[in-house]
Amino acid sequence: MTDFLTVSLGFILAMLALGLIRVLRGPGEADRMMAAQLIGTGGIAALLLLGSVADLSAAIDVALTLALLATFASIAFVKKGLSRLGAESSAAREDGSAWRSTS
Amino acid sequence: MALDIVTIVAVSAGAFFFLAGTVGLLRFPDTLTRLHALTKADNLGVGLVALGLLPRAGSLSGGLKLICVWLLVLLASATVSQLIARAARDSGPLP
Amino acid sequence: MTFALALHIALAGMMLGLAAWTIAARETFAAVVGFVVYGLFLALVWVRLDALDVALAEAAIGGGLNGLLLLGAAARLRAAEAPADAERPGASLRLLAALLSATVAAALAAAVLLLPEPAPTLAPAAAANAAATGLANPVTNVLMAFRAMDTMLEKVVLLLAVVGVWSIAPDHFWGGRPGVRHQADPQGTLAFLARVLTPFGIVVGIYLSWTGASHPGGAFQGATILAAMWLLIMMAGLADTPPMNARRLRLMLIAGPAVFLLVGLGGLAFGAAFLAYPAAYAKPLILAIEAAMVLTVAITLGLLVAGPPERSAAP
Repeated sequence: MTDFLTVSLGFILAMLALGLIRVLRGPGEADRMMAAQLIGTGGIAALLLLGSVADLSAAIDVALTLALLATFASIAFVKKGLSRLGAESSAAREDGSAWRSTS
Repeated sequence: MALDIVTIVAVSAGAFFFLAGTVGLLRFPDTLTRLHALTKADNLGVGLVALGLLPRAGSLSGGLKLICVWLLVLLASATVSQLIARAARDSGPLP
Repeated sequence: MTFALALHIALAGMMLGLAAWTIAARETFAAVVGFVVYGLFLALVWVRLDALDVALAEAAIGGGLNGLLLLGAAARLRAAEAPADAERPGASLRLLAALLSATVAAALAAAVLLLPEPAPTLAPAAAANAAATGLANPVTNVLMAFRAMDTMLEKVVLLLAVVGVWSIAPDHFWGGRPGVRHQADPQGTLAFLARVLTPFGIVVGIYLSWTGASHPGGAFQGATILAAMWLLIMMAGLADTPPMNARRLRLMLIAGPAVFLLVGLGGLAFGAAFLAYPAAYAKPLILAIEAAMVLTVAITLGLLVAGPPERSAAP
């Protein structure tokens, strides 16, 4: 069982390495951000597996922390940090009401 | 023994979904389709891995934490896909 | 070459490659994303090295607050990116900097690799003396009892950092609120996330601080999560950033170092030395200090990420 979990851990790490390619290449900022999100989620899975393989029960706490904070980088990307450079245009409000009104 | 089979099946399925999500991220043609692959597949991937590791959790609190991790990833993926999709839509022409 | 060893080598190789790319990346945004991903990998490495308290801190700060801070900075620098690129130092200067960094890294690696076997360490002594405070987590013991002076001074340094960030504010905004007033649809996605995630985050933050007594965790990691939840609420527009001259804010900022200092002086007056805990009261005193520290560190980290005041204090 431990061997199987270690192999799965290696597989997930390989997926993370592939996700890295998208971080490095990704033509747009959104692509890089999404790849970072994938690495975050994959990292959570890897942490869960690692905690089980190495018998570290506190690894789940680290995974819990990561799961809580996984969205922050993406939120920062969307909101461009706590300080915006310019006022939001009415077409770009993140509630999507602009989308509904133009359909 | 039966629990071991559950673990193996669930973790393998989770790994498969991770593979699907990563391949989608690398091979799909544009931002929105990649986003779709990413959030749907990774969601399921982590959920299945957490499910598979439930039998191996040492205690009730460990098992509860695993389920919490999965629910948080669900919530985070859903929200992030919305936010990034809007950002991608607003920053350029849609395909 | 066992499978585990191959995994370790692969992970180390990935991190080195990612670090090299982050330094070489042309766009600020790309480099920031690379750095945040690097932090995620680093948390994995810390777990592999059995340093779970550090892994928690890395996951909380590197995965959350760092990304927030640096992405905001990258967004602000976007306008200045082109002229900054034109002023890049020449190739020979960069090569010299690279050589210097490589030399320092090599010296550090040599120092670690040439340590005598077994390496001199105080870890067994720290673990053996856990009964002095009654806390089971040796890291917490070191932070709060054996080297409590360092921890107290770190909290003072954090306070000075907040003062430093505030001092960047233009004179007419002194006393005002950091950042812009965030608008978000109360029915929208971000507000939904803030409403659902925050109570959960608060519970996890308090749990991590509390469990630091016997399991990996601690006041700092818990406070980071609380700070992140506060920032989430501010970003979702559900609450405004606090004005810098609010009395309650300033009281909460000094609460942590103040309690620490009080206990330390009490140790001087009633005990053997500064920050000496009387044997019977060690655990309650430590828990009291940690409670105050959680409050202070959470507010401090939130204010550090929020930045200097950019508008007046009027709501």
